[in-house]
Amino acid sequence: MTKTPLQFRHNGRDVAVFVDGGVNLLVALRELIGDMTPKFGCGQGGCGACSVLIDGELHLSCLTLAEAVNGRAVETLDGLKDGPNLHPLQRAFMEQFAAQCGYCTPGMLMAAKSLLDRNPSPSRAEVIEAISGNICRCTGYEPIINAVLAAASSGRARA
Amino acid sequence: MAKHRGRGIASINYPIGMNLGGDPSQALVHSNPSGKFTVSLSSIDLGQGMKSVTRQICAETLGVPVEDVYVDTADSDTGPHCMGSFASRGTHRVGNAVMAAAKEARGVMMEAAAEELEVNAADLETDGRGNIHVKGAPHRSISTKDVAIAAQFKQGKTISGRGIFLVPLSEVNPETGEMSPATCYAHACLVAEVEVDDETGEVAMVRMDSAYELGRALNPRLVEQQLVGGAWMGISHALFETPEPYYPDPTHGPRDFVEYLMPGPGDTCPHDIAVLERPAADGPFGAKGPGEMCANPVLPAVANAIFNAVGVRMDELPITPEKVLRAIKAQGGARPQARR
Repeated sequence: MTKTPLQFRHNGRDVAVFVDGGVNLLVALRELIGDMTPKFGCGQGGCGACSVLIDGELHLSCLTLAEAVNGRAVETLDGLKDGPNLHPLQRAFMEQFAAQCGYCTPGMLMAAKSLLDRNPSPSRAEVIEAISGNICRCTGYEPIINAVLAAASSGRARA
Repeated sequence: MAKHRGRGIASINYPIGMNLGGDPSQALVHSNPSGKFTVSLSSIDLGQGMKSVTRQICAETLGVPVEDVYVDTADSDTGPHCMGSFASRGTHRVGNAVMAAAKEARGVMMEAAAEELEVNAADLETDGRGNIHVKGAPHRSISTKDVAIAAQFKQGKTISGRGIFLVPLSEVNPETGEMSPATCYAHACLVAEVEVDDETGEVAMVRMDSAYELGRALNPRLVEQQLVGGAWMGISHALFETPEPYYPDPTHGPRDFVEYLMPGPGDTCPHDIAVLERPAADGPFGAKGPGEMCANPVLPAVANAIFNAVGVRMDELPITPEKVLRAIKAQGGARPQARR
């Protein structure tokens, strides 16, 4: 099969790979780039575990053709922390015990980041809305909602 | 047509673990030359905190800092045997096995320290910060790291211990057929408040208040996390999820996350939890287990709350809007019961 050259920004770094036609972004990230932080949950946009940001906008990488991100910027959970310093959302998730098995966590964090990037002071209802495309089996959602609200208020405290 | 509020209560006794074949779990503990300890288990941490809790139990029993203990659950082919992570058995069964293994390892560690300090092992104590010293004479001290090095390279000893927990066989009374399948029970009581729409049959959770008695909570934050998450799963079993088909036959059942209905972040409700600690006689540091029981009382409490709200007795799960609506229709309308 012919392969297509593909170049994009991956967490602030330029990457260039060759992809088979029809390959989705999740597979490209995990198998070609080696970024295992986006998770495969359902492969049909039903669970949100594969969520990434493309040019700052939340997308399901399992439903995105890899070729569609040519020349664009992709952010994954792998790029969230700054060196050894956790992102305020990651710290809040830890402090609020917002992860158990952890499989939904990368997608939850990206959905939450997408929310806080455009709305630094969300209401509880807005947080619920923002993560409603992400399934979690363990936490009952409450600790995740509380973590996002805590991260938002810690961001306000710094500003 | 109206929305009706109702309140329901449920209490449960929950047996910890099971009794088949004694329900055994094994643990091995050994020191590395660095003075750190490794706990080998086949018991899998699914995110419920098995590693954290067994690490705490091991550190506390050995008398070393929790940072000095590493729990390895890597491989059930090569690790010591465990029945598995289910039936709320992890903290109780595995915890007991780890405690026994750590106790044996501590004995060897104290003997090795005694040899280095030239005293009797019975005169030694640990300070919980990585040192072993003579009781009443803290300056006569040696670090656990130096003991591990001495044991390994000088004394030719392994600081290690083996542990197993096995439930004693319960004899069956030939007269009555009576037996005691469990050695320890946890308890819970939960009040659920719901709002039932008699036009759509939809049930919305309003709030939950619960009390859980689960022995000593070895890690209170993990216990709370289990109870919050488990109650969500209870709501899900009560009102949402089923692998059983809807219409008209099994091929029309849910096949994936898109069709398998579960409550989302907007379907939960405030939940106030009280944890009561009554240490279990045969639990590690008195612990029982909060595992499955955190979902169990939600189902009957929700069913009772629906009865209280609209007067229909739902005896089939999940309690979908359609079932509620049919039941309300069959009795000729909603019949709100007295508020309790």
